[in-house]
This record gives sequence, C-alpha cells and structure tokens, in this order.
Amino acid sequence: MTRMKPLPETARAAHSPLTAQRVRSAWLFLAPMLLVLAAAAGWPLARTVYFSFTDASLADLDARQWVGFANYFSVLHMPSGRNLYDGLLVDPVWWRAVWNTVRFTVISVTCETTLGMIVALVLNAEFPGRGIVRAAILIPWAIPTIVSAKMWQWMLNDQFGIINVVLLNLGLISGKIAWTANADTAMAAVLIVDIWKATPFMTLLILAALQMLPREIIEVARLDGANPWQIFWRVTLPLIRPAVMVAVIFRALDALRIFDLIYVLTPNNVHTKSMSVFARENLFEFDKFAYGSAASTLLFLILALLTIVTIRIGRISLDGGR
Amino acid sequence: MWILKRTAFYLLVGGIVFVAVFPFYYAIVTSLKSGTDLFRADLWPTTISLANYKSVLTEGSFVRNLLNSLFVSGAVVGLSLLLGVTAAYALARIRFRGRSALLFTILSVSMFPQVALLAGLFELVRMFGLYNSLFALIFSYMIFTLPFTVWVLTTFVRDLPVEVEEAAILDGATPWIIITRVFLPLMWPALATTGLLAFIGAWNEFLFALTFTSNNAQRTVPVAIALLSGNSQFEIPWGNIMAASVIVTVPLVVLVLIFQRKIVSGLTAGGVKG
Repeated sequence: MTRMKPLPETARAAHSPLTAQRVRSAWLFLAPMLLVLAAAAGWPLARTVYFSFTDASLADLDARQWVGFANYFSVLHMPSGRNLYDGLLVDPVWWRAVWNTVRFTVISVTCETTLGMIVALVLNAEFPGRGIVRAAILIPWAIPTIVSAKMWQWMLNDQFGIINVVLLNLGLISGKIAWTANADTAMAAVLIVDIWKATPFMTLLILAALQMLPREIIEVARLDGANPWQIFWRVTLPLIRPAVMVAVIFRALDALRIFDLIYVLTPNNVHTKSMSVFARENLFEFDKFAYGSAASTLLFLILALLTIVTIRIGRISLDGGR
Repeated sequence: MWILKRTAFYLLVGGIVFVAVFPFYYAIVTSLKSGTDLFRADLWPTTISLANYKSVLTEGSFVRNLLNSLFVSGAVVGLSLLLGVTAAYALARIRFRGRSALLFTILSVSMFPQVALLAGLFELVRMFGLYNSLFALIFSYMIFTLPFTVWVLTTFVRDLPVEVEEAAILDGATPWIIITRVFLPLMWPALATTGLLAFIGAWNEFLFALTFTSNNAQRTVPVAIALLSGNSQFEIPWGNIMAASVIVTVPLVVLVLIFQRKIVSGLTAGGVKG
C-alpha cells in the first residue's frame, strides 16, 4: 500500500506563486509523454475506428469512401425477395475466432491460476534449494514468446518430436500425432505452451501476496486445530484473493489479445485462430483492410468493456497504490 | 508418514523444476546436433557440433537482426525512461487537477489490444515514410513500455522521503534541478527494474515488428526466427532455429537471473506482464 504524502507545508501555504510554478512545470514535464502516447496510441486507435466505417484497401488507403456500418452488418435485398446478410456480425469465421479466443482465455487463465497457486504455495514453504527453484521457474517467463513457440513446435513435431517418441515408447499413443496441425489437438498445443510460459508470472504475483501475510494468523488457525486444507480455503485464500484477482485480470486481458503464439505455433489453423490473428489476417494478408479494422475495433470494444467491468469489481485503486 | 510427505513434496519440487527447465535444455541439446543426429530424440548430445551456430551467424542476416533488436530495445528503454522520469515526478509530487484521471488514462493505454492500433499505426508509419524502418518500431513500442514505466516510477517517487525535496525547494531549486539532482540519484533501483522490463518487452515484441518491416535486413530477432526457412519450403532448419533461439535467449535468462529480485518487485508493483 502506498499512501499520498502531503506536499511540504511551507511550499504550499507560504509561497503560492511557487505552487503555480510547480503546476506549470508539472504540465511541462507531462507534455512529452502525453504527446507520444497520443500520437502512438490515441490517434491510431481513432483512425482504426474510422477505417472500419470505410472501404479502404491496403493498396490505396486514400481512395476510400464512407460506407457506414457495412463492414459490421449489411442487408442486401434480392429481387427475388430474399435478404442476404453480410458483414462481421454474421461472419462465421469471426465468431469462430471469438469462440477460440474466449475458450483459450478461460482455460489458460484457470489453469495458470491453479498451477500458479500450487507452485507459489510450494515456494512459500521453507526448504533447502528454494532459491534455485525460484530461479528455475523464471526461465519460461524470460524466454521470448516466439522462441518458446518454436521450441515447443520442435518438441511437438509429428515426425521427430521428443514428445511423440516418449509417448510412443510408454505405449500411451499408438501412432505419431501432428499436435500443432490436428483439429483436435491444435488448441491443446497452444494451451500447453501458454500455460508453461505464463504460470511463472502468476506464481510470482501470488507468492508476493503470500509473503505479505502475517504468519501469526496461520499459527492461530493451526493452534485452533484446523488442518492445512481448511487453513488454505478458510484463511489463506480469502486473504490473498484481492491480489489473485488483480493477477487474473491482467492475465485475462493479455490472453484475450493473444497473437504471436498462435500465429507462429499453429499457422493458418481455423481451430486456434484468435480475434487478433483474424484482424491482422484481414488487414494485411487478405486485402480487406476496412474489414480487418472493423474486427480490430470490435476487439477493442470487448476488451474495453471487460476492463471497465473488472476494474469496478476488482476495485483497483486509481491512485497508484493497490 | 513424515518421510512419505517429504518425498512427495520433493517429487513435486522436482517436477516443477523439470517442466520449467526441460524445453530450454532440449533446445540447447538440439542446437548442438548436426546432420541426421537432429532427427533422433536424445536426452543429451552424443557428439557436440557447433555447425548450427556457425551457419546462423555467418549465413543470412541474423547478426544484422541481433543488432537491430539491440538498437530498437536500447532506444526504447532510453526514451521511455527519459519521458517516464519527468512524468513520474509531476504525477507523484505535484498536485494538479485531473491527476487521477490522467493516471487512469495512462494505465488504460497499457490494456489496449495492440491489434486495435495496427491499422492506424500503419497509416501513420507510411505517411511519415517510416515503413520498413526501425524507427517505426521504436515509436510503436512506446505504447506498451511508456504506461508501465510511468506507473511504476510514479509509485516509486511517491514513496521517497519528502524532506530531501523540501530542502531543495527552500534552497530555491527549480523542478528540473530537483529531478536531475535530487531524485535521479535516488531512483536507480526503480530505473533498473523498469528499464529491464521495457528492454525485455521490446526485445520480444512480434506483431509490430512483423507488420512494419518487410525485408530481412530490417527485421528484429523474433521475426527473423519465426520466418527462418531452409533451402526449400518443406525443409525446416530446426538446428538453425534452435541455435538462433539459444543465442537470443541466453542473454535474457542471464539478465533475469541476475536481476531476479528487482524483476519480481517490478512485476508486483506494476502487475503488468513483461
């Protein structure tokens, strides 16, 4: 917890011109940062939303016309009296991407939280070699996502991958499996790699929360005759719940915008394609720039909505401290 | 019973370490194999060969990609620290209207899905003639490094003692002097943490690097590794890919292990994934 420290009393009360000077310099100091953020984030976001209402194409962005909501939804009245519907909102490929992303987010964040909790509880116990274990679990976090995607792609390789070899030797599978290409296993492959890579992050945040807990509380519960299982569910978990919620929110927002792992590990696979992959594909590969912009805009809206809701529920303080 | 519990506990610990470390270990083993050895799944290398490293470092543009990544990440760290320090001072120590709203806006930028900015950024980058230039990457990486840097540094500055600043104000120091002479020397721990996390973020970034560069000479390492291909479309050079992966990962792993504690404190302060 951080708290606001009052400004020096002398500077505030006695010299109000000094206060004015300080406020002026505050804005002066903030200006470069705000300008960069406005130019790199604010303006591009506004342009993406604008493009989603046009028919801009990658080859010539300037030759565009306003088309209203046509990229999102449009109805074509046929002479025969039938209506044809078009646009993102009736595009099964888009809804498939939404479903993939949501499924990925729910499963990965659930597994990462559970495993992160277990590893954090292990690391919270005193045992020789704890430092080494903590260092070891940082390794997946330190490895670039693209590198982990490639490493796992190699281990999951259908012909020469070590995972198939081991599973075959143990007799667990009868034939070699193309993990990253099969419809049934591609999402599982993505999940395995993501969980492997992101669990350390969860572990570190939960561990930090565990180490803030006063030991006496646990001691008292133990003296009262509670078993470790009861202590965890009745004492520890309620106390660290706020910190865990923050970690879950950050992970979920991160998972909802996943791009690189899926793009590299399972290229061109409808069973894993996420919203971000769908959007970029349309923007730069299918020459449907405006359509891709519409998908990006929807993704942004979904995330913005979720962020606002979760910040309200999670009650993250806006003043810097938590 | 006690022994059984201990054994189970250490089995769990062993399992955790094995799962965490094995994939990287296996990448190293693979990178040291050559020829047909590659296609046998061994747990340790039978013969050690540096052929993959030699071919990655001498053929193609991998060295150039490494320099690109170093340049981009270094510039991103420098810029975001420079902009972050002054902004953090203003946000943490000076009272003005709209400060909370501003902090909230800055934090929300870090939640932006990067894809949502892609179309607009692409137009901007092309307009300024920055397409296929490293400056496009430096500019766009500010989106995720700057909010995080400002956030963590603001929290840190807020916790510094007021007395040092009071003394400086009474001596008639301007805010700029206060930042450079009073705060900067005290801020090294926070600068190291945020700088390191910004470096890792920029070093690992893929989406913008993939979209805003178009040839090998301008690519950064993650894109180069993702697009590394063999002589034919069907022949994936796994040995080279693993050697390149080990080369880019070893410095990161070493940095992370050295600065372990700083990173953990930075992550928990910012709650942001690096």
